[in-house]
Amino acid sequence: MNEKRKIRLATCSLAGCFGCHMSLLDIDEKLFDLLGMIEFDRTPFTDIKHCGPCDIGIVEGGVSNAENVHVLKEFRKHCKVLVAIGACAITGGVPALRNNIDLWDCFQEVYLYEGGLEGNQIPNDPELPLPFDKVYPVYEVVKVDYFLPGCPPSADTIWKFLTDLIEGREPKLDYEMLRYD
Amino acid sequence: MGAPAMSKTITIDGKNVPFQDGQTIMNAALAAGVYIPHLCHNPQFEPHGSCKLCVVSVNGRNMTSCTMPAAEDMVVANNTPELNSDRKALVQMLFVEGNHICPACEASGNCQLQAAAYYLNMLSPHYTHFYQPRAVDASHPDIFLDLNRCILCELCVRASREVDGKNVFGISGRGIGTRLVVNAASGRLGDTNFAATDKAAHVCPTGTILIKRQGYKIPIGQRTFDHKKISEVQMEPMEPDHE
Ligand code: SF4
Ligand code: SF4
Ligand code: FES
Repeated sequence: MNEKRKIRLATCSLAGCFGCHMSLLDIDEKLFDLLGMIEFDRTPFTDIKHCGPCDIGIVEGGVSNAENVHVLKEFRKHCKVLVAIGACAITGGVPALRNNIDLWDCFQEVYLYEGGLEGNQIPNDPELPLPFDKVYPVYEVVKVDYFLPGCPPSADTIWKFLTDLIEGREPKLDYEMLRYD
Repeated sequence: MGAPAMSKTITIDGKNVPFQDGQTIMNAALAAGVYIPHLCHNPQFEPHGSCKLCVVSVNGRNMTSCTMPAAEDMVVANNTPELNSDRKALVQMLFVEGNHICPACEASGNCQLQAAAYYLNMLSPHYTHFYQPRAVDASHPDIFLDLNRCILCELCVRASREVDGKNVFGISGRGIGTRLVVNAASGRLGDTNFAATDKAAHVCPTGTILIKRQGYKIPIGQRTFDHKKISEVQMEPMEPDHE
């Protein structure tokens, strides 16, 4: 029935809590409507590991380590429209509470002062991405086309935003849908 | 000549607004039910003129409406896309200059800075964050002082001086180094005679001055600005306390 090519959509979570992804799943039965309009590329829902050419990329979470930058740049490169969703992607959010604490002090507090399973040590595996001194909002690293604030934005807000975007309207949030908490 | 004082008027966005001699554009507007965005102004105190959100165009020149006395035949433009976009930029600068993590702030939903940002449809802070280290002072038994959120409006300074007669707060430094200071040799709030019942403990438009043991008494989602715009709340005859 739908001859039109489906919109291709990718999502990822950087330094976030997956709350924005959970809120997207909270659209419940509208997920069927959504899947009628879009198909997923890279996202935790498909477990595809790399982002191919997409119409829309949705990024949750701020940029807190080197791997976050690689993922974010891949999204920017492959997505025509990049959306920053949630407080962390837009301001750094709760992870950015560490921004005024020295990174070494953070490590000591988390890994050295509290007892661990195999003695106290700071993880140092080459597989682990290097953390940055601070957590940055995604727009300070790549160009962002749209912002969808909220911690997380409600399912209704995400649905309103996505349907606007997919159906070619400029996304517009009513007063009660624009929130930073 | 003998005309009654109230017959003088200015226009704001085409609407006739009466004023009395000496009244500022802001206060004339408030009395007439015309909303001009403002953060550092609170009608209970002398104007301060620092946040610049209230800038309007008066006969083509930009002026701070909370400090500018109204004068006969002023033609004021207020609610224009240009002025509102300047106002949004000012609010964005306040966000990146401090450390505003709304989801982790007890004032969220009751905060006028956040509410002004909602009103101006701020979708992101836009500018590069400063991430300046700012102190949290928990030395007082009943009150927190979290300078990460201070916008230097001086309302607490004015309230403590003018209403409480205590002079607990002051502003020190210049330019980007400007900061709120506490009037005690130690610089700590716990070493002052500040009290939770002081006016100054209840005027902060942001989440900088917080009363202890009140956290999340009103749940997120049921707070002042969750459903009402700042343009309605600030026009109500008595502004609620912002705690
Ligand atoms: S003071 Fe206002 S703007 Fe700042 S973090 Fe708290 S709620 Fe957000
Ligand atoms: S503590 Fe609050 S009232 Fe005092 S200057 Fe800062 S923002 Fe204004
Ligand atoms: S309200 Fe006029 S400068 Fe702040």
